Amino acid sequence: MSTSVKPVATRQAFGEALAAVGADHPDVVALDADLSKSTKSELFGKKFPERFFQMGIAEQNMIGVAAGLALSGKIAFCCSFACFLAGRFETIKISVAYAGARVRLVGTHAGVGIGEDGYSQMGLEDIALMRTLPEMVVLQPSDDVETHAMIRWLVTDCKQPAYLRLTRQNLRRLHPEGWVYQPGKLDVLREGTDVAIIASGGPVMNAMDAAIALEAEGLSVAVANLSSIKPIDHEGLCALAGKVKLIVTVEDHNVMGGMGSAVAEVIAEMRANHARVYRHGVLDVFGESGTPESLYAKHRLDSAGIAAVVREQIA
Amino acid sequence: MTATSRADTIASLSQRTRAMRGTILEMITAAASGHPGGSLSAIDFIATLFFTRLRHDPKNPTWGDRDRFVLSKGHAVPALYVTLAARGYFDEALLPTLRQLDSPLQGHPVNRFMPACEAPTGSLGQGLSVAQGMALAGRMDRKDYTTYCMMGDGEIQEGQVWEALMSAAKFGLDNLVAIVDWNGGQIDGSIAEVMPSLEPVVQKFTAFGWDVREINGHDFGEILDAIAWSDSRNGKPKCIVARTVKGKGVSFVEHPTKYHGAALTQEELGRALAELKESK
Repeated sequence: MSTSVKPVATRQAFGEALAAVGADHPDVVALDADLSKSTKSELFGKKFPERFFQMGIAEQNMIGVAAGLALSGKIAFCCSFACFLAGRFETIKISVAYAGARVRLVGTHAGVGIGEDGYSQMGLEDIALMRTLPEMVVLQPSDDVETHAMIRWLVTDCKQPAYLRLTRQNLRRLHPEGWVYQPGKLDVLREGTDVAIIASGGPVMNAMDAAIALEAEGLSVAVANLSSIKPIDHEGLCALAGKVKLIVTVEDHNVMGGMGSAVAEVIAEMRANHARVYRHGVLDVFGESGTPESLYAKHRLDSAGIAAVVREQIA
Repeated sequence: MTATSRADTIASLSQRTRAMRGTILEMITAAASGHPGGSLSAIDFIATLFFTRLRHDPKNPTWGDRDRFVLSKGHAVPALYVTLAARGYFDEALLPTLRQLDSPLQGHPVNRFMPACEAPTGSLGQGLSVAQGMALAGRMDRKDYTTYCMMGDGEIQEGQVWEALMSAAKFGLDNLVAIVDWNGGQIDGSIAEVMPSLEPVVQKFTAFGWDVREINGHDFGEILDAIAWSDSRNGKPKCIVARTVKGKGVSFVEHPTKYHGAALTQEELGRALAELKESK
């Protein structure tokens, strides 16, 4: 683990990665709906203005245009806040997913971690929606290293439509330089034998800190970063569920239908004995305004909150 | 086109579309569901485009330089299927499988089963955006293909259409042509009843930065002229408002709502086919 690097938001890493990959891949285009300064797609747009389309505040049309570009050979990154993309679900369902269009929907400002803007700007249901679409890939990186790797993979290898969920807030780097991204695989960050915390996105770094705190109390806690929510790593999850007594999933998303639900679906269908699963996250309530830190504390997504949830559930 | 060849073209289209109307009604009755009214209003334009205009290769439907046709009013897909079969995209023997399990002829167009459909449509209001993306890609790649998108008059009540109109004008997509099959009817009533403020539509499209031409959508001469007009590369997207008749060609099917989404019975089909035969 590298701690010397300055924390960076995954949206920032995305903008930088796209601008970098664009140089070698002339078929990459990007679209934004008047949020390019926030989604960081402007980093690509400034470098490649002829491949960047400012669509105005009209997300449905942006998604459809991205689909048309993709159906004509482009790799179209279609960017907005997670909540505004999710709000245009039916356009995504038909024009992107059913079309089989190589669109990369990039939803930034995921979860309560956005802070002060409040609930109307928080994507808290986007994972639930996107993973119901056949063939749709759903990814959520935990740091800048993973974000860079995912962008490259989305440009060079992935043929399917994809949804990428990114944070507004800065995240501490969890992966070492030279780390090799394995698409679709559960990314075990830390081994442990009593409990496994499976986290995704913003709270992963907090789960790591919670595991260290719990270890000091005598509990052996594994941490896995589940960044490929769809496809999901059945094998990796089942192996983990066969090893520990309790799995706690942690996400900055409604627990209804999110990453934790995806994990629970896999483990519930296991034939072998398996750990109990507890889904932690935003507990089917609306978000609100506040600092990102105060919201993470209130929803117990900070390290103290996650540790407390694990203690309650193991008791 | 010489005067004689133009007259021949029109005569041939007139004859072809009369037969195609019969096939459309037969397909829908065989499926016992579908949308006769909007298929019959659209067939004259679609057939004219595919028989006289589109640069395409039925043996290679994903050819990169092809002209694109997106049927955004996807419920009229029997008109598209019958045209694609006539142009050799697939065997006409497949037509009676419309709407049946495992048939590529889905109830609304699906590109993954029938590439010539270009995009999945039928969820109204989405096609013009997708067509616009195709037009943008063509311009980026310096290809000279044209992308056509046919919408319904009821369909353009969807907000996404107006988003698409705005951005197509912004990008100056003169390789994009929208056709509105204005047949005056939708499921719950006539356009005049359901959404009278859709008119004046020509002024609305013009105000959104499009060049607009209004035609009789059943007059082959006017259709040919409008398609030729839409070729102009003047920095503006084009819209052809084709005033049509829902159920056109069969007297008792010509009604704004009655045959929007109802298949003809066998008895009605027999009467319709007899009428089409006599109407030469």
